Amino acid sequence: MNMRSFAIRYGFLLLLLGLVLFFSIVAEGFAGPRSAVFIFQSVSITGILALGVTATLVVDGFDLSIGSVATTALMLSAYVMVVLEMSAFTAIIACLIMGAFVGLVNGLLIVKARVPDLLATLGMMFLLIGLQRIPTEGRSISTGMKLPSGETAEGVYSQSFLWLGRHRLDFFLENLIPIPVIIFLLVGVFIWLFLELTRHGRLMYAIGSNETATALAGANVNKYKILAYVISGITASIGGILLSARLGRGDIASGNNLLLDSVAAALIGFAVLGAAKPNAFGTAIGALFVGVLLQGLTMMNAPYYTQDFVKGSVLVIALIFTFALSSKGRKTSH
Amino acid sequence: MELACQISGIVKSFGPNRVLKEVDLELPSATITVLMGANGAGKSTLVKILCGVHNADAGTVTLFGENFSPASPSDAFQSGVVTVHQTINNGVIPDLDVASNLMIDRLADSSAGFFLRTEKLRAEARKVAATMDLDLDITAEVKDLGLADRQMIAIARAMTRKPKLLILDEPTSSLSANEAKRLFKLLANLKEQGVAILYISHRMSDIRAIADRIVTMRDGKISGIFDGPSLDYEGAVTAMLGQKMVHGKLQLQEKGTPIFELRDAKLSKYSSPFDLVFYKNEIIAITGLLGSGKTAIASAIFGLNPLLEGDMLLHGEPYNPKSPADAISKGIFMCPKDRSTNAVVSDFDITNNMVLPFLDRHSWFSFLKPKNLERKATVSISELGIVCQSELDLVTTLSGGNQQKVMIGRWLSEKSEVLLLDEPFQGVDIKARRDIGSQIRQSSKDRATLVFVAELDEAVEIADKIVVLHEGSYSGIFENKENNIADILSLYSGKPSETLAEARGSLNG
Repeated sequence: MNMRSFAIRYGFLLLLLGLVLFFSIVAEGFAGPRSAVFIFQSVSITGILALGVTATLVVDGFDLSIGSVATTALMLSAYVMVVLEMSAFTAIIACLIMGAFVGLVNGLLIVKARVPDLLATLGMMFLLIGLQRIPTEGRSISTGMKLPSGETAEGVYSQSFLWLGRHRLDFFLENLIPIPVIIFLLVGVFIWLFLELTRHGRLMYAIGSNETATALAGANVNKYKILAYVISGITASIGGILLSARLGRGDIASGNNLLLDSVAAALIGFAVLGAAKPNAFGTAIGALFVGVLLQGLTMMNAPYYTQDFVKGSVLVIALIFTFALSSKGRKTSH
Repeated sequence: MELACQISGIVKSFGPNRVLKEVDLELPSATITVLMGANGAGKSTLVKILCGVHNADAGTVTLFGENFSPASPSDAFQSGVVTVHQTINNGVIPDLDVASNLMIDRLADSSAGFFLRTEKLRAEARKVAATMDLDLDITAEVKDLGLADRQMIAIARAMTRKPKLLILDEPTSSLSANEAKRLFKLLANLKEQGVAILYISHRMSDIRAIADRIVTMRDGKISGIFDGPSLDYEGAVTAMLGQKMVHGKLQLQEKGTPIFELRDAKLSKYSSPFDLVFYKNEIIAITGLLGSGKTAIASAIFGLNPLLEGDMLLHGEPYNPKSPADAISKGIFMCPKDRSTNAVVSDFDITNNMVLPFLDRHSWFSFLKPKNLERKATVSISELGIVCQSELDLVTTLSGGNQQKVMIGRWLSEKSEVLLLDEPFQGVDIKARRDIGSQIRQSSKDRATLVFVAELDEAVEIADKIVVLHEGSYSGIFENKENNIADILSLYSGKPSETLAEARGSLNG
């Protein structure tokens, strides 16, 4: 293996390792289990969304609606528990069904109505951002709020729902690992297994590479494309549920950055192990990479307003890794 | 005769692969030099160096005595080296009209004015079209034209560049005989004007028609140069392959029981219905020119488009596939034509390309069994003689012929009732063509094999029986025997034959 292919394959992982070492030395308190867990926690929700968008990237699609699906799930769960005074279980099921349904509609728009993926999901994003404001006339949802009908909302977030966002499991240290991190890892493993080891995942990659050829090999291309958007919708709604459980209220202004952050993580993932294609492992690493960088810089007293600049820079560098250095990018360039 | 271009000691490697090993070649003006070579011999790489896509690692090229090392295709074109590539769509812009396509280089010229002058553009385009005998509406959009017209436009476009050295890479692969003739006439004109022409092809009929000299390449080297008043075509083929061509007579197969039937089938509105029966063990070539209805039959049997009229029967039962998946589940496989669009999954390795339609047969509760997949692939690789490092090579690292072998191997790897092969020899060299042909014949037991080919010599090479279609109508079916060839040929070009009724009666009962 020559230098170039070694750099393409391991460059990004080495860069991550180097960053961790650098911050461990320079930033006091960076190295340690609590700090590591904090990084995982900070990226768990964007990571889950990013894993969903990875599934749509695999079939050569794109889902711009994930951020708004997550915030819709946030508002929906709050509405179900606080306004309708229903159980945590009902709230979770309602959110998951909403996510799957939005994914299905996205898929049908793209496959049946032949709307280009970016435009279909852009439209859906707009629609959802508006829709989630209608029931409460644009206000956030919390216990004791005044409803449009004049009544007062008396429901509360149930403890079991809040547990999802706030509980920490003991792991060597007391109260170490938050539930969202566990769910992020579970979703990551599930998506990885599905994409890498099952025939469905293999066919989805085939569709992403050559749709016509895959159809002529007997695969139901439309079914798989719709499935990708349904997966994306469900994972986005899981992210929204966790966000809701962490905040404990239906905050209308939350989750603005979710879309860009998670898309960035998935795209950074292209560069990991020289894959030059969407992949679940890379996406998870991509999310962590951003988390490590932000945590380290924050501990070195970098101001919060530099964060987006840092994320953007990482994304641009990762894209250079993917397209300029690897042979794959080269091929598509002419 | 003036020397237009001298190539000496050109070396080019891609990674560990030495693709060109010291190539020396002289291209005289006013001469058509045909370059022959099997896929992977290095022809395309040599062309890419001449037209500025690649840089040579060592060696020199001179153009009319001056050093020539183009940094880019536009650099090469400024120096008068013009190339028409094999991939037609690189030569045309589908969304523009014919006139803009013909004049596109003029538009891209930095000295051109800011505003378009449509009438002037069209007038000039008409001139270009006239010199080429191009009978087209120049206001038509290129995307509405057929492959052959697009190819003619790509070539006409090259003409507007006033070439000194014109390179054509398999220009006739999608042209009809008439269009090819027009092209040859044009090449003869250019030759008289003193242009040096490098013509890459493995079509013997083209080569016989136009070659002044033949140069053959093998394994990255020039393996033979054939010159003089009468060219040694056999010798050229031998030099290209490195072995003698064997014209073995086919041992015709004993036909088995009927498997598949077409009844009262109609392919187009104005054609008359026909019946056809396909038997076990048989290989039937379905031939005809572009637009003769071959594709209609193939897509009906594979469940892509239903027949216009008529019925299909599989083992005597009505057969109406809803989709390719449905057809595959009933044992009807199709290897489509135009592999890069319809078959090759370029991000995948050989193994995954090979097993793509049969992933469900190699998985356990949807989980793939990688060992099974690789075993399947290694068997096909050795059966078809696919040249590769391992079954995990990316399919795009293979030469065209080997890619086609992977696609054929994909459908030979599982047992089928009816195997449809649409243009299986498209863009493959003679060696690969023979490997594919013999593997198809060897494996043909217990299924009906239908091979759809436009070239008659390919049909003769592989089939037990030959069906001729003409403009959507069935013209006849013949056993693949020497004394039937004349009849087949006359039907192929659309002439009626006295033996037609007889042929129908004796073979299709």
